[in-house]
Amino acid sequence: MTSSGVRLSALRRKFGNVHALDGLDLDLAPGELVALLGPSGCGKTTALRILAGLEDADSGRIIVGDRDIANVPANKRGMGMVFQAYSLFPHLTAIENVEFGLRLRKQSSTVRRRRAQEMLDLVGIGAHAARFPQQLSGGQQQRVALARALAFEPSVLLLDEPLSALDAKVRVQLREEIRRIQLEVGTTTLFVTHDQEEALAIADRVGVMRAGQLEQIGSPEDIYRTPATPFVAEFVGLSNRLAGRVTGDVVEVLDTKLPLVGSVQDGPATALVRPESVDVTADPAGAGRVVAVSFLGPLARVTVALPDDTLVVAQLESARLPELPTGTAVRVVLRPVPVVVSAG
Amino acid sequence: MAGLRQRRVRRQRALRWIVVTLFAVLTLLPLVAMFEFTTRDGWDTWRVFFDWKALGETYPILWTGMKASFWLVLLSVALTLVLLVPTVVWVRLRLPRLRRVVEFVSLLPLTIPAIVLVVGLAPVYAWVVYFVGGSSVTLFLAYTVLALPFAYRSIDAGLSAIDVRTLSEAARSLGSSWATVMWRVVLPNIRSAVLSAAFLTVALVLGEFTIASLLNRANIQVAINQLGKSSATMSVAVSLAALVLAFVLLFLLSFAGRRRNRERKTS
Ligand SMILES: Nc1ncnc2c1ncn2[C@@H]1O[C@H](COP(=O)(O)OP(=O)(O)O)[C@@H](O)[C@H]1O
Ligand SMILES: [Mg+2]
Repeated sequence: MTSSGVRLSALRRKFGNVHALDGLDLDLAPGELVALLGPSGCGKTTALRILAGLEDADSGRIIVGDRDIANVPANKRGMGMVFQAYSLFPHLTAIENVEFGLRLRKQSSTVRRRRAQEMLDLVGIGAHAARFPQQLSGGQQQRVALARALAFEPSVLLLDEPLSALDAKVRVQLREEIRRIQLEVGTTTLFVTHDQEEALAIADRVGVMRAGQLEQIGSPEDIYRTPATPFVAEFVGLSNRLAGRVTGDVVEVLDTKLPLVGSVQDGPATALVRPESVDVTADPAGAGRVVAVSFLGPLARVTVALPDDTLVVAQLESARLPELPTGTAVRVVLRPVPVVVSAG
Repeated sequence: MAGLRQRRVRRQRALRWIVVTLFAVLTLLPLVAMFEFTTRDGWDTWRVFFDWKALGETYPILWTGMKASFWLVLLSVALTLVLLVPTVVWVRLRLPRLRRVVEFVSLLPLTIPAIVLVVGLAPVYAWVVYFVGGSSVTLFLAYTVLALPFAYRSIDAGLSAIDVRTLSEAARSLGSSWATVMWRVVLPNIRSAVLSAAFLTVALVLGEFTIASLLNRANIQVAINQLGKSSATMSVAVSLAALVLAFVLLFLLSFAGRRRNRERKTS
């Protein structure tokens, strides 16, 4: 397998007066799957299209392997791409679609056919090789698109929200399969998504983007447990926003001292606390009241109102729900894990 | 309730038949009359019409006009498609803001009367004559302009039915040059639109009289007109043949469109 590393450095791209990319730096190790995560409009698609050669950067470097490919046209970059919109050629069958890239590479028809069938089998759609795109469901079409993008052994695989048009169940199933296939073929992959759960589930590393720049990049666990900035903490996972006061390297929230991520000026601040770092116990003398309970299977979320009307969400095992019906007086305890604070 | 609806459906169906019959009578009657006229004194006219050697000797004007029209059809269709298809695709992919402008420009010929067009074309053709000679076939340049509105509409509609941008980007990322994108991806998916653009151009070129006549060129319609003065039956026979050919083309056109739809649904 000829998988290459990728280095994007200081990429800039302006549309009118919108800075779609504002100095983006991103490295992908060979064989790695990096998810680029961020809210809509933060420049994810632009970054991916620049890497694919479908868009030009105003400035910056794009290095694949050890070559600067900024001046290589899209059709010579050898990158497999799966789009958000359905992109199969409507006049070709599934297997002909997969053969398309191989045909351009002048492979003989028997080699081509065999390879295309292998790829369709790999994505679990070998039985539908002779169907036209209109005869396939959305999920099946994206599988064929994946097979087509991988068939010619691209140096890099690019996926731009390939699952966002699919319904929830297919989405989860297909993302697991994308990961399985990616590990099997070992292709360096950039996966763009605005869905944080998807990014955390699939990636070796997650890069969180904001306004054309990379805000933080790290393993899914790092991103979730030790978000570097309030933006990341709020964008990835649920967070309670609790008023507190910073002194030195701790923040005092609800009478508990929590260690800080990063350094902040002393004074009032808002701490972002994960629901799973909040514990709630029934206590007739407690200051909080349970106002809502939602059951999520093995886990449950309990919303507690404090005397100052702040709402705190706690995540608990469902087994503990019977002791916490709505209206119960409770005590709220925070686990001493590091938290991010935003000023004010 | 149900009875009412049924009665209404029946009434609508009756109305539909009346309209279709009326239309058929009104269009077919002149054709039948033309046919009757050409065969009133036997089948000689048609015998000569299908014996091209005799036709050329007996009616040299007609033969010249038919030959000119044949080349005009071929060249106009070729030039229209070669100019229009890549341009419209390119505008869609790269210059979406120019789409309105291109649409406006391509619809202009429709709004200008042929007489006025001739006034503008005359000096242009003075140059054409200077550079490539005065052959009637050079009319294809003017006819391409005339065909532009119809061909543009047709091709643009065909492109609207597919996601050209995504398809061509997919093809690019798979390694296609722009020529391959056009040939292997865009064209196969707008085949019926291109066909209908071609048919419309053919019908237009076969029926054009004003410009050819005013610029003193010979095409089939000009020949028919001149022949009408000396040999009425042959001129009517040729008109009839041209009309039938146009009908057949338009019929093929709707057939091509229908077949494409069925393919989309079932295969
Ligand atoms: N072709 C374009 N023309 C004008 N503006 C664009 C174009 N492509 C992207 N943009 C703008 O650039 C910004 C980033 O877009 P994009 O990369 O598509 O974001 P994302 O994929 O993260 O949602 C957006 O504000 C968008 O409106
Ligand atoms: Mg996007």
